[in-house]
Amino acid sequence: MSTPGNEWPLWEIFVRPKAGLDHKHCGSLHAPDAKMAVQLAREVYTRRQEGTSVWVVKSSDITASDPGDKGMLFDPMEDKVYRHPTFYELPDSVNHM
Amino acid sequence: MNAVAASIRLHVTLPVQYVLRIADTCLIHAQRLAEWCGHGPVLEEDIALTNMALDLLGQARALLSHVGRLEGQGLDEDRLAFLRDERQYFNLTLVEQPMRRSSAHAPGGDFADTVLRNLLLATWLKGLWTRLGASADAELAAIAGKAVKEARYHQQHAGDWVVRLGDGTAESAARLHAALERAWPYTREMFSRDAVDIAAEASGLGPARDALRDAWLTEVAVVLAEARLAVPAETAFLSTGTVGRHSEHMGFILAEMQSLQRQYPGGRW
Repeated sequence: MSTPGNEWPLWEIFVRPKAGLDHKHCGSLHAPDAKMAVQLAREVYTRRQEGTSVWVVKSSDITASDPGDKGMLFDPMEDKVYRHPTFYELPDSVNHM
Repeated sequence: MNAVAASIRLHVTLPVQYVLRIADTCLIHAQRLAEWCGHGPVLEEDIALTNMALDLLGQARALLSHVGRLEGQGLDEDRLAFLRDERQYFNLTLVEQPMRRSSAHAPGGDFADTVLRNLLLATWLKGLWTRLGASADAELAAIAGKAVKEARYHQQHAGDWVVRLGDGTAESAARLHAALERAWPYTREMFSRDAVDIAAEASGLGPARDALRDAWLTEVAVVLAEARLAVPAETAFLSTGTVGRHSEHMGFILAEMQSLQRQYPGGRW
């Protein structure tokens, strides 16, 4: 068995579904390099016709927000309902927006 | 318990043998690749190898059903796949050679044999499917049209592995070189020409094998060069699976493949 030290790098996989417009994150896998990551993503995540396009990004290249900062970053939005456009009266003709 | 299923006996005409060569090459290659299931070097490649095995099995199924119609006894794909005797299989000898030899009962081989063989065969099949797209046999042309996409991907995936191993560490390069030395003598059979090929060429059924050689060699040489490997010299040895005379490994692989259908004839699950 390989030790974590010489394992292949981890890649995040984004697949654009058949009818979809954007690539959606669907999981991660190990691969030796970017080109092989695309092929293995095809094998692992699109074998049931799930997609028509694949993006791969090295997991270590993603900068994420700190879970510890969750309160500071996201909680203040809780009481700011005025940021949702729900106070406008819509004319009947666009009522299904 | 049911009676053991008896062998079927085919009326092997030249066109039947031509299609069976392709069908059996796909079938036995699929069987060998399936041996990797649950044993791949990493999970992702385990899935890739079994996906490839299933592509090849799908190709074999379509071809065997077609053989059933060409041959005339109304045999279905299952009976053709599982109830023939060894001498009526016509696959390339290369595909019956042990692949995942580092199993408990047969130690020694490695992943390099698999990726190298996949490259040699996928390149050969891609060239063949491309030419069969123009077959006078509309059914065969339709099967080829679907299969060529699969073969193109198999060739790319295998080729990328060959380059990574050949141009990798000293250890991986040495193993790949050894795998090339083992596989190469069997490649001559891919391009030999006999009455079956001549008849297929004349009737427009498909290309003679020797017509596939130049394009194959060019494409394989590009990958081998990138993998820092020299193209080996052609050998005098000519294997004979395509005329039904197989290596010592064929009996074992058939025994494993056929045991279920033999013991439970027509069994479904």
